[in-house]
Amino acid sequence: MTVFDKIVTMLDDKFGIDADEVTMESTFEELDLDSLDLVEFSMAAEDDMGVKITDDEAAELKTVGDAVKLLEAKGASV
Amino acid sequence: MSDQRFPDVAITGLGLVTPGGIGVDASWQAVLRGEGTATTDPALEGLGVTMSCRVPGFDGNELLGRRARKLDRFVQLALVAAKEAIGDADLDPDSWDGSRVGVVIGCGMGGAPTWEEQHSVLLDRGHSRVSPHLIPRMIPNMAAGHVAMDFAAHGPNLCTATACASGATAIGTALDMLRLGRCDIVLAGGTEAGITPLSISGFANMTALSNRVDDPAHASRPFDVDRDGFVAAEAAGVLVLERAEDARARGVRQYARLAGYGASADGHHVSAPHPQGAGGEMAVRAALDDAGLAPGDVDHVNAHGTSTPLNDVSEARMLRRVLGDRAAVTSTKGVTGHALGGAGALEAAFSALTIHHGVMPPTANLESQDSEVDIDVVSKAPREGKVEVVISDSFGFGGQNAVLALTAS
Repeated sequence: MTVFDKIVTMLDDKFGIDADEVTMESTFEELDLDSLDLVEFSMAAEDDMGVKITDDEAAELKTVGDAVKLLEAKGASV
Repeated sequence: MSDQRFPDVAITGLGLVTPGGIGVDASWQAVLRGEGTATTDPALEGLGVTMSCRVPGFDGNELLGRRARKLDRFVQLALVAAKEAIGDADLDPDSWDGSRVGVVIGCGMGGAPTWEEQHSVLLDRGHSRVSPHLIPRMIPNMAAGHVAMDFAAHGPNLCTATACASGATAIGTALDMLRLGRCDIVLAGGTEAGITPLSISGFANMTALSNRVDDPAHASRPFDVDRDGFVAAEAAGVLVLERAEDARARGVRQYARLAGYGASADGHHVSAPHPQGAGGEMAVRAALDDAGLAPGDVDHVNAHGTSTPLNDVSEARMLRRVLGDRAAVTSTKGVTGHALGGAGALEAAFSALTIHHGVMPPTANLESQDSEVDIDVVSKAPREGKVEVVISDSFGFGGQNAVLALTAS
């Protein structure tokens, strides 16, 4: 499983977003995820992948690809 | 008939989500059938009181999509009711001047389910896992806030909180806003979805709730000698209000006039009504005065009628004393249960429908009228006939009273 796959699963489980809606290019805005949702996303990432996303980093995330890059750089375990 | 100091205000749209069903038709038909809607509630298993009146088949995800997860149930109910009301009034948020559209939606408790769920998260998983959506889901003004977001209603926007009178207070406040010209249209009503283990335990330990848990459908029995408390309900009601002159110009149907509003405070006790209904009397008289009506003009009362031993006697005494013996009285809570902050809005809608259709709904489960209730209670079957003047009573914990007077257009 890749970090992308893990994110897709997380978005489905926790945010009710169908897997086939999500690509690397999807923006969180398109997926109806606002700044509060991104805080929740960070909590879930920490729980599921063991890495911490700071509030400042979360605020910078625009696309799913941004999140993949950040989580990979932090050594997310999937 | 109404006081010409102020422009007349009309009710031109209705939206209801109630234990009778989703929508005005389902809700009104349930009220006319006059059968209790309370059922055993699995969410309350293990408590002393295990029944409630839920909205049958209400699935927020299905009706509102995936954002429903960010909305407490009281907001979900209100959004569905508001959408129906706007359509019913033949209004289109895409073309209206949103700066002139106000929203006043009362709520007694706010997002109790969210509060409890997240409190468990705090205890089980620690502060860092408490949802960032906790506060926006829970705060009671969020029903009005979300209605503004969904329907481009950018005028004055607020939540009234007078416990079980919140919905009626909202509608009365909207009347004032229209009379003063602060808005051209107001979406006014109330919502509540606070049936949780914690809140039900609190109500139960006040001895406010019926204990007839082995026979839920007959538990809410306003004015009956064997009543023993209310049954908690979830529901939302939204009315579209506008000045009658504007409604006429639009050529839209007017269910009724919202002719008067009266409010008062018992200043007596946190939960018990004044034994003689002194505060309620002040509010009824104020509503009639505001509407330019005399007590003898009242054809019908949609009573607060909670099915608690104390309320129903004090309210009946008050109605008899103020109105005499002519007005026929119904408590629709026999059917719906008590929707707390939503109740006054449902009952205002039922009052408007009573005038519009010329039919007074029966009070469910009235088998043996309490001898201390010396009023004409409509029971068994709907009573048909011309209805020109209705008052709708709502009394909240804290002694807060709100009474609406409606008249035929």
